[in-house]
Amino acid sequence: MPMTALDIFKLLPKKNCGECGVPTCLAFAMMLANKQAELTKCPYVSPDVVEQLESSASPPMRTVKVGNIEIGGETELFRHEKKFFNQTAYALIIEDDVDDQRIVERAKKLDAMKYERIGIVSGVDLIGVKAKGDAQRFSDAVTLVNDNSGLPLVLMSEDPEVVESGLKVVSKSKPLIYAGSTNNCASMAKLAKEYACPLALYADDIDELVSLSEVAKSEGIEDIVLDLNLGAKPLRQTLEWLTILRRLSVKKLFRPLGFPVMINLDNGADVETQAIRAAIGTLKYTSLIIFKDLDPARLYPLTTLRTNIYTDPQALIQVNPGLYEIGKPNRNSPVIVTSNFSLTYFTVASDIEASKVPAHLLVVDTEGLSVMTAFAADKFTPEKIAETLTEYKVADKVDHRKLIIPGMIAMLKMKLEELTGWEVIVGVKDSSALPKYLKELSNG
Amino acid sequence: MVVSNFGVTVMVAIPKENWSGKIKEVAFGATDDEGGTRDRKLRLGGETTLPFLAFEGAVSRPAIGMEVIDHLGEDYPQLIIDEVGDVIRDPVAWADACVNIYGADFVCLKLLSTNPEEENISAEDAASLVSTVLKQVKAPLVIQGSGDYEKDSRVFEICGEAAKGEQCLLARAEQDGYKSVAVAATANDHAVVAFSNIDVNIAKQLNIMLTEFGVPPDHIVSDPLMAGVGFGMEYAYSAMERIKLAGLVGDKMLQSPMIADISVAWSAKEAYRIDANLGDERDRAVFWEVATALAALMAGANALILRHPKSVAIIRNVVDELVG
Ligand code: B12
Ligand code: SF4
Repeated sequence: MPMTALDIFKLLPKKNCGECGVPTCLAFAMMLANKQAELTKCPYVSPDVVEQLESSASPPMRTVKVGNIEIGGETELFRHEKKFFNQTAYALIIEDDVDDQRIVERAKKLDAMKYERIGIVSGVDLIGVKAKGDAQRFSDAVTLVNDNSGLPLVLMSEDPEVVESGLKVVSKSKPLIYAGSTNNCASMAKLAKEYACPLALYADDIDELVSLSEVAKSEGIEDIVLDLNLGAKPLRQTLEWLTILRRLSVKKLFRPLGFPVMINLDNGADVETQAIRAAIGTLKYTSLIIFKDLDPARLYPLTTLRTNIYTDPQALIQVNPGLYEIGKPNRNSPVIVTSNFSLTYFTVASDIEASKVPAHLLVVDTEGLSVMTAFAADKFTPEKIAETLTEYKVADKVDHRKLIIPGMIAMLKMKLEELTGWEVIVGVKDSSALPKYLKELSNG
Repeated sequence: MVVSNFGVTVMVAIPKENWSGKIKEVAFGATDDEGGTRDRKLRLGGETTLPFLAFEGAVSRPAIGMEVIDHLGEDYPQLIIDEVGDVIRDPVAWADACVNIYGADFVCLKLLSTNPEEENISAEDAASLVSTVLKQVKAPLVIQGSGDYEKDSRVFEICGEAAKGEQCLLARAEQDGYKSVAVAATANDHAVVAFSNIDVNIAKQLNIMLTEFGVPPDHIVSDPLMAGVGFGMEYAYSAMERIKLAGLVGDKMLQSPMIADISVAWSAKEAYRIDANLGDERDRAVFWEVATALAALMAGANALILRHPKSVAIIRNVVDELVG
């Protein structure tokens, strides 16, 4: 909730001395409200007022950068109200009490746990290096992980000395310090300050978490991530607290909790339980999830769910209409029609690729709707397809006059043949049958 | 007011919403004291807050159902066939397994073979299957048609009668074909599943039309169309969430409990395609369905129709933990 010029004016010294560069306090207030002036221009505002004004200008939930990954910065409770901004980051743990070789292997493995789906690469975002022993071992492990993966790190230890040994190695890439708690908050905060790294705060209870946040703030720490031990609480309480924390930050503008929230699932739960909690956390208000471990069979669905929830509800994800070459098509290769909804395009393109039959893929502008949806909305019409065929001069690129259309829109065949003079072949309904279908077509 | 260990004084007031609306409670399944023969009675809806937020209102326990199809299409996932075994070819035995082995709260019997463009079995034959299922399997039943308006109206008429007094759900009534379902339901004391297409306005419109047509509001369950993870889930999720919120702030025509058919999770081939990079396809398929179900639950679904027996077990645990 930004303050109005009048709200700001009430807080100014009302000396009308002009030292700020404009003649009156009111004029200055108006400039501040329009973000055309800096508060520091007025030498007479009290520190109290400075803080009040600054906090009213800051967003409800801070965006925190861990390495190159941004988390938090959310403003809504429900995605349809605007959108969710920074998708839940997933971190997997490497413990430092195994031999070097295994650390190296696991670091490489986690680094490679990424999947490309509809043009988006998604997977493991961070590695949590967890200390099980002394500072020297931790620092070695951090070095190994850092040298063998490009992922930003979470430095996991309760001992400030151990954390510092890791910070000395990787502070440049801004790892997350995990975590400051009642026992060590002040010293962890000092480290965060000294090395300019974000700090996670851990408490089992909300009041305690608030006090930790105040302590960190008094040490000058701004990049905070909150852990209310939600990975270990009963699921029902986890969901309730996630909701409460989000409401406190974005609706109540409760500053001590205006930070991204994380869940640590490193508590003995099996992979399936972790994945279930992570799915709920991704749907509901969690900015960072630390897993003890996760297999691709769960990670892949999770990243897909995450992509879904964090897409902008106001914007359909689409590709440009046009004539795309899949493989290296020639003048005899088939021409295949589809819609310009990203999901449809990438699904069909990858199914054509799998067939190893090169093809021309004619992508019609259906305004980002899938084949069936576009058909139902009258946006995948014979006229539209005919127009696209002409627009992209398909007739100049192939010697044949055959067009394969999705099986779902078989009813367009006659009209389309009439409009184009091309022979229209009704393809399979589901493009996953395309490999078989195209092979048969090209063989006979 | 809280004074912490560090001497910092802060106030944390837990923010609670005071919703003015309440989701309608729809009775699903009649036991013998009501003239039915079901062994349990499910109540869908009745909550006064968002899903599982017991700290600020009454929550309701979502019912977990399973699908049974009278005739499997060619593209029915082999993973399910392998898991369920031979009984999958016999809808009565399959329904029995769903309830008595896998622990489903209810069965959704999909009468796909009534489809004029496929098997085209008669409404009478479908009704005799419904009767047999009702006799053998005592859990509440959703009777779902093939989606062909004309045929469905006949199927609902005959099947609705065959199931009279059992308080089934008849699925589904659509905007341009709701009357015959509504008649079949009200005449035999069943509830109607009102199907709209990821569209809050249509969901509302349909409820208005059904109510004006004489279907009591506590005999309507909304199906705003679930979509699988990776296959439009985000649209369905937001539509359901918006419907639930509108109901809670008091829109009477958006207060029906919602049912979500989670079998749509299987429309994403990547859920179970064999691909070593993506891990074991059996685990992946189950989790894909589980993830879709979790999305439906978080968005406010009051009843789920699941496909894989393992996801039933998993979701039951989750619901137990969430409802407490
Ligand atoms: C998400 C969704 C929406 C989203 C839109 C998402 C989008 N960007 O398109 C929203 C909510 C906006 C929407 C709206 C509507 N929708 Co809609 N929607 C869906 C849903 C759930 C998923 C669609 C999807 O993402 N499919 C995935 C893509 C990849 O599928 P696809 O493009 O068809 O491609 C496949 C095949 O066609 C084939 N293929 C594609 N290209 C080619 C090419 C060749 C050569 C071959 C061989 C094959 C092939 O392979 C692909 C992979 O299998 C479906 C139901 C479902 N589960 O399918 C309903 C569905 C498509 N919608 C439907 C309807 C009716 C509508 C509305 C008209 C509803 C309304 N009354 O408002 C509106 C219309 C939109 C508008 N007015 O703006 C109906 C269509 C009914 C019909 N038979 O015509 C469906 C089937 C739901 C249903 N069961 O009733 N919808
Ligand atoms: S310098 Fe401060 S006190 Fe003086 S006019 Fe500007 S705002 Fe007012």
